[in-house]
Amino acid sequence: MKLALISDLHANRQAVSAVLDHAQAQGVDNYALLGDFVGYGGDPAWVLDRVMDLVSDGAVAVMGNHDSAVARGPLPGMREEARAVAEWTRGQLSPAQLAFLAKLPMSVEQGELLFVHANAYDPAGYEYIQGRLEAIRSLHATKARYTFCGHMHEPMLFHLSGTGKAGEFTPQAGMEIPLLSNRQWLVIPGSCGQPRDGNPAACYAIFDTDQGLLNFQRVPYDVDAAAASIRAAGLSERLAERLVQGE
Amino acid sequence: MPEPVSPMPAPSPAAPLQEGQLIDGFRLEARLHQGGMANLWSVTRQDPVPGEEFRLMMKVPRIKGGEDPATIVGFEVEQMLMPVLKGPHVPRFVARGDWTRQAYIVMERIEGVSLRPKLDEAPLPLEEVVDIGIRVATALQDLHRQHVVHLDIKPSNIMFRPDGRAVLVDFGLSRHDHLPDLLEEEFSLPMGTGPYMSPEQVQFVRNDTRSDLFALGVMLYHLATGERPFGQPSSVRGLRRRLYVEPVPPRAIDAELPPWFQEIVLHCLEVKPERRYQSAAQLLLDLQSPASVALTRRSEKTHASSSLKTLKRWFFALGAEPATPARPSEQLDRSPIIMAAIDTENATPALLEQLREHVRRVVQAETGARLACVSVMKTARLGMDELTDSQGQSLHVKQLIALKSWARPISRALNLDDGRLTFHVLEAPDAASAIIEFASRNGIDHIVMGARGASALRRYLGSVSSQVLAESDCTVTVVRER
Repeated sequence: MKLALISDLHANRQAVSAVLDHAQAQGVDNYALLGDFVGYGGDPAWVLDRVMDLVSDGAVAVMGNHDSAVARGPLPGMREEARAVAEWTRGQLSPAQLAFLAKLPMSVEQGELLFVHANAYDPAGYEYIQGRLEAIRSLHATKARYTFCGHMHEPMLFHLSGTGKAGEFTPQAGMEIPLLSNRQWLVIPGSCGQPRDGNPAACYAIFDTDQGLLNFQRVPYDVDAAAASIRAAGLSERLAERLVQGE
Repeated sequence: MPEPVSPMPAPSPAAPLQEGQLIDGFRLEARLHQGGMANLWSVTRQDPVPGEEFRLMMKVPRIKGGEDPATIVGFEVEQMLMPVLKGPHVPRFVARGDWTRQAYIVMERIEGVSLRPKLDEAPLPLEEVVDIGIRVATALQDLHRQHVVHLDIKPSNIMFRPDGRAVLVDFGLSRHDHLPDLLEEEFSLPMGTGPYMSPEQVQFVRNDTRSDLFALGVMLYHLATGERPFGQPSSVRGLRRRLYVEPVPPRAIDAELPPWFQEIVLHCLEVKPERRYQSAAQLLLDLQSPASVALTRRSEKTHASSSLKTLKRWFFALGAEPATPARPSEQLDRSPIIMAAIDTENATPALLEQLREHVRRVVQAETGARLACVSVMKTARLGMDELTDSQGQSLHVKQLIALKSWARPISRALNLDDGRLTFHVLEAPDAASAIIEFASRNGIDHIVMGARGASALRRYLGSVSSQVLAESDCTVTVVRER
């Protein structure tokens, strides 16, 4: 089965639409949506409609910190900018959409696959996997062979060998990487709706569960339209600008 | 917070494999080889696959119980790399077995023996050594273009197809630039084979394509002289000696070896990668054109450096940090071979000048670029029936002089006299075919040539440049006179 891993959509209609079209053209069978569907972007209702459609067709979706902030009120430590967007977003969503967000699970485990927004050791604490140390901690906290996370907006791949040695890798888009069954893997596909690695193109990844092949993807989308939507919503100019810069 | 669980358990040793046993549809026929790290079995498919017209071999790791990271991780690396490798210079990949049941790789079985027995026959005749060098450099260029550094180039990892092409085997230490490096964090000792390991490998650098050229240099040295340039060290301290102790020049062992051969070998064995050949194709070009090898002080060395100089080199090697290498693909991009195909006889002075300016710009764009200036001397189709040998010789020299004179301003502007500029006069009845063949044989990246003007000559003879453009497999720039 070909599984599209999409994370940190952040209410970016143009990016989500481009990524879903791309994934469909690649022949994916199902979707894992790794959280942060809203926040930052100007089209939360449209993006949530798409997410809810996919979930009713069998997609996995987990709770992100922005989703939680919109549904249940801001988390301690959330930056002012994000708080303001969460506030605005709440006003844009229908009661059904808010209820959907509130009921999202923190993590989903399917056989060897674990889906969680931030990390496996404390999903609701939303600590970032900044590097190898956090990755090891997360991989130690689960028996799942493959962990799929979002939260970090840059695509990354971590692995832990049978001897306990961890490695990290910054992937190139379009290269098939075999995730061999002899080690544990932690996959961060990167952000769909707000990439931050200097490349504005939307991130996602495809995992072939039968062959254990992972393929990171980059999809260019109409960044200017997404930025215009943020401005039209009256949200911070900085949020529009960082989409254009991809930083 | 949940309790951490232990990482993936290491696989336990499987029951010994038996002849006739079936694994995932492959029948074990006979054990071909029992190695320290893996066993090799000849296998056949239970259900033959149409079109798969080569013999198969299964490589099975030898897990010696408990944790054996060297075997396990090396095998994982090979399982990861082999499926993405292509072309005639690697064994064709067929299947890999999952670690949770039985780990294996099924691949094309290359007939024949490796280059290893040849070592015992060394010193070999020079022609044979150069021929081996050409074939291995060709294979390395192909591998490096696929973003892979082999990192364990040595005679036992080199085989030959019946048509003579070299096949590189055993990718257990290799590194693919676009795949995770599973070995990076695994070991605290340098990885490689003692006699062949490059200085930067000793310093834990694992992504420099020029490391493979160093290993090939060690091989050429050994095959030609019968001796190992850096001995067979077994300790890290012994390995580090190559950072400051120079090898004895090959000609000091065998004075019959020509200076150009010593130049090539010592060029491969430079301690700093940036002082070596910058790509396998650049080495290939010299191996295939001995007469054109630019001789430097390397070719004149009669002994290794004095002990005082060695002491100085030792001092600077202390705590020396290797320079961060470019990624393999970038290293090749930065080190193209530019071929200037110049018709010094017939081109107008204005076109020659424009060509010179264009070639200068192309070469200047990349610091590692090499320039091969080529002209074609027309010979009659049936041998040298009209030119006597002496006439032919003088025409050849005349063209060479004209070519050198054409290139002189470029050489001076870009300081190319350090061996990066070579001259080749080809003798052939057909200029276009000669240019295309030279480019393909030497791994040329970019041909720059002139277009004939609207002359009677072009009407009669057709356009050389359009044929090169149509048939060559590299980039071609055709400069037209303004």
